[in-house]
Amino acid sequence: MVDIARTLFFPGLPAAGASRDCTSETPGVRAGLIAASLLFLALFLLAPLAAVFAQALSAGFGAWAAALVEPDALSAIRLTLLVAVIAVPLNCVFGLAAAWAAAKHEFRGKAFLISLIDLPFSVSPVIAGLIYVLLFGAGSAIGPWLSAHGVQVLFAVPGIVLATVFVTVPFVARELIPLMQAQGTTEEEAALSLGASGWRTFLRVTLPNVKWGLLYGVLLCNARAMGEFGAVSVVSGHIRGMTNTMPLHVEILYNEYNFQAAFAVASLLALLALVTLVLKTALEARLGGGAPGRVR
Amino acid sequence: MALALPALRRPSVIPGFGLTLGFTILYLSLVVLIPLSGVVWRTADLGWAEFLRLATDERTLAALKVSFGCAFAAAALNVVFGALVAWVLVRYRFPGRPLLDAAVDLPFALPTAVAGIALTALYAPDGWIGGPLAALGLKIAWTPLGIVVALVFVGLPFVVRTVQPVMEEIEREIEEASATLGASRARTVFRVLAPSLSPALLTGFALAFARGVGEYGSVIFIAGNLPYRSEIAPLLIVIRLEEFNYAAATAIAAVMLAISFAMLLAINSLQAWSRRRYGHG
Amino acid sequence: MEVRIEAVAKDFDRHPALHEIDLAIASGELAALVGPSGSGKTTLLRLIAGLETPGRGRILFGEEDASRLSVQARRVGFVFQHYALFRHMTVLENVGFGLSARPRALRPARAEIDRRARELLELVQLGGLEKRYPPQLSGGQRQRVALARALAIEPRVLLLDEPFGALDAQVRRDLRRWLRELHDRTGHTTVFVTHDQEEALELADRVVVMSQGRIEQAATPDEVYDRPATAFVHGFIGESSRLPVRVEGGEVFLDDRPTGLRADWEGPAELFFRPHQALVGDGAGGLAGMVTGGRRIAGVRRVELELGAAHRRVEVDLPLAQSCAPGTLLAFRPTAFRLYPLAGEGRPADRAPARQLAHG
Repeated sequence: MVDIARTLFFPGLPAAGASRDCTSETPGVRAGLIAASLLFLALFLLAPLAAVFAQALSAGFGAWAAALVEPDALSAIRLTLLVAVIAVPLNCVFGLAAAWAAAKHEFRGKAFLISLIDLPFSVSPVIAGLIYVLLFGAGSAIGPWLSAHGVQVLFAVPGIVLATVFVTVPFVARELIPLMQAQGTTEEEAALSLGASGWRTFLRVTLPNVKWGLLYGVLLCNARAMGEFGAVSVVSGHIRGMTNTMPLHVEILYNEYNFQAAFAVASLLALLALVTLVLKTALEARLGGGAPGRVR
Repeated sequence: MALALPALRRPSVIPGFGLTLGFTILYLSLVVLIPLSGVVWRTADLGWAEFLRLATDERTLAALKVSFGCAFAAAALNVVFGALVAWVLVRYRFPGRPLLDAAVDLPFALPTAVAGIALTALYAPDGWIGGPLAALGLKIAWTPLGIVVALVFVGLPFVVRTVQPVMEEIEREIEEASATLGASRARTVFRVLAPSLSPALLTGFALAFARGVGEYGSVIFIAGNLPYRSEIAPLLIVIRLEEFNYAAATAIAAVMLAISFAMLLAINSLQAWSRRRYGHG
Repeated sequence: MEVRIEAVAKDFDRHPALHEIDLAIASGELAALVGPSGSGKTTLLRLIAGLETPGRGRILFGEEDASRLSVQARRVGFVFQHYALFRHMTVLENVGFGLSARPRALRPARAEIDRRARELLELVQLGGLEKRYPPQLSGGQRQRVALARALAIEPRVLLLDEPFGALDAQVRRDLRRWLRELHDRTGHTTVFVTHDQEEALELADRVVVMSQGRIEQAATPDEVYDRPATAFVHGFIGESSRLPVRVEGGEVFLDDRPTGLRADWEGPAELFFRPHQALVGDGAGGLAGMVTGGRRIAGVRRVELELGAAHRRVEVDLPLAQSCAPGTLLAFRPTAFRLYPLAGEGRPADRAPARQLAHG
């Protein structure tokens, strides 16, 4: 009976006494370590996820759907999509350009450039919002001039887009640079020697080679763009139905003690996260061994 | 620009260098560098005395202390549990392992605000986890402990994903060598394996810590946000901004930026050192 | 310490890696396990070390049944192919590791551990490098640190897995000679694994030739070279040519033509001879082949010949002075040869002992 349970739950474990593998722990220690990490992950990762859906559906499916089709929620969804549709392609083009420059060429200051690209990751999202408030706010040089000419940046869509672009700058570039560096330049040189133009070489040789890595970067970039909270919160002004993205809408509902609606909108974002994780895992399989173990 | 650059680069037949590098630098300048430099200008405008007064304001210091203290505690916890999770994922095969491996990245994918309200619901005194703990007299939500819980959630993947590849690279021969020399399994793990993992663990710690210091969305719901007790520095920046006290907000931001850049530098030199010494990052 | 392997067998996922192996290694002997990859030689070495657990059989160190002991308790000095040095420890710490890992009651004092480690580093001629880290050493130096580390635990048996596999040719030769000297000085019972038969012949007191999980022959280098027990050993150790022949009435036939060779045998067989065991030239008689190519090997010219309609290839040695253009017909006769049962004739060709050869 014990053996059956063992093979059911821990098929990798050798039967007791069969082996004294000196590069592993005893079955008891193994089971203990597995149990401890399962418990930890359950408490800190899976329980929050389950809580989101449990709370979202606590008043039934109808209430869940109602919270999502309410006009302010719909406008938040629309704004979130709009922001992502602008920010992701921008950073995608930037990532490709930066990777082409940094991975296919050798120049002085390259390491410095690469660490500059990573810079937004080490800036608190709140500070990311703050810098745009300082740049376009009342006390700045450009802000009043722009608003005098009818362009509103802060507490409006442009500010939200800018802050989102800032926090998602590195995603595509940091996937592509190591990938393109590893692939080297021989294929491009071959294409050029065969008479292809630079642009054609990029489209027909380089791009197909990095398409999965590019998709991976886009996926992570998109998840962050849709989910960004701190930076967007600082520049948005929280105008309901106008400058609220989904995460901001969640906050407002929550602060109004409308928990069920807050969790309903949150569940949509959680679904997005789950889809992202599934796609990411599938892409990692395509990208091969190098992919898991990425940080950020 | 294209004319000046060839002197700085190794000649290559691959075209488009001037164009792509020019675009990269322009984009980075517009989106990242110029806006960030605003913090520096505004801080310089304040003057040293004023900056010092704002930065050493009692409430500011308390908020920085909360942010750094909680981030440190969470990163330390994450080193322990992150190493455990990474070890289990790398070494053991059990049903559901691939699922668990993928789940480690959940904090990267889940919007921080969602994580914040979910953790609050869980760890509140009437929550699934907070309830039983409250019965034991342990209050988590709306205390600094809640902040640590949120930062553990946010920081976990940094440690796991930094340590995991290094663990995968450990050669079995090393462990076998240790065993043939008479070392017990525990001695092999703690004297042979752990030291060779320490650069990765330190890097993971630093990454989780840096992220924790600046974290906002997942923390503010669970923190309770009591000034001097559970108010984090990024929240204080937001509060100052809402009061249109840009000077104070900028001063706090400058302090945080300075510390984060110092951390970044430390992480980079740590990785460079470990690459030189051990041949891996 | 004498090592006896009794009826040891090992399967990996029901795929046999070792069939029942019996082998005794005398105290102080230097034995080589040699064979192609997949022959089970490394598995056998790891079984002796306790890094693998035998499916059946037992391994004795002297009178003690070592198969009951864990790796840690077995006290074998194991030198890994890729050294497996601890890279966060200095050379001195690496060598001292085994002593400091002993249970407290048996552990020497810190100073004593350092003293012994230094002594061993002198022995392996690495004095002065105590403070270095493994990545700062050359391949040959790392190999010697690994050896010193293995010797530090006063091993009952010294086991080396492809000890020179990762080194370049010159270092390999030097280290080989040095290891032999070290063995003669310290007298450890030593077993090493190699796929290089030349290394095995040069270094070992006894060569254990393995193939497909079985021991083909275990004997002195001379014995293995001059009297290979099986066709496999003949083919694996040293250079040889093989011809399928038939023996009738004591006379050896190739493709139904007499070769002028005589043997105490009846029926089909495989004939082996070495390139230098052939008389070549006019009047050598017996066999003849068309020259297809040749190359110089040290002091002789090795010529490739094609025989008969089946284009069977053999190699014979000629004096350097004698040139031989491709296309010429060359007569030759093996001066010594061995016959083995033909594979696929229903007899276990690899395992049946060879009949004593007759001179032609």
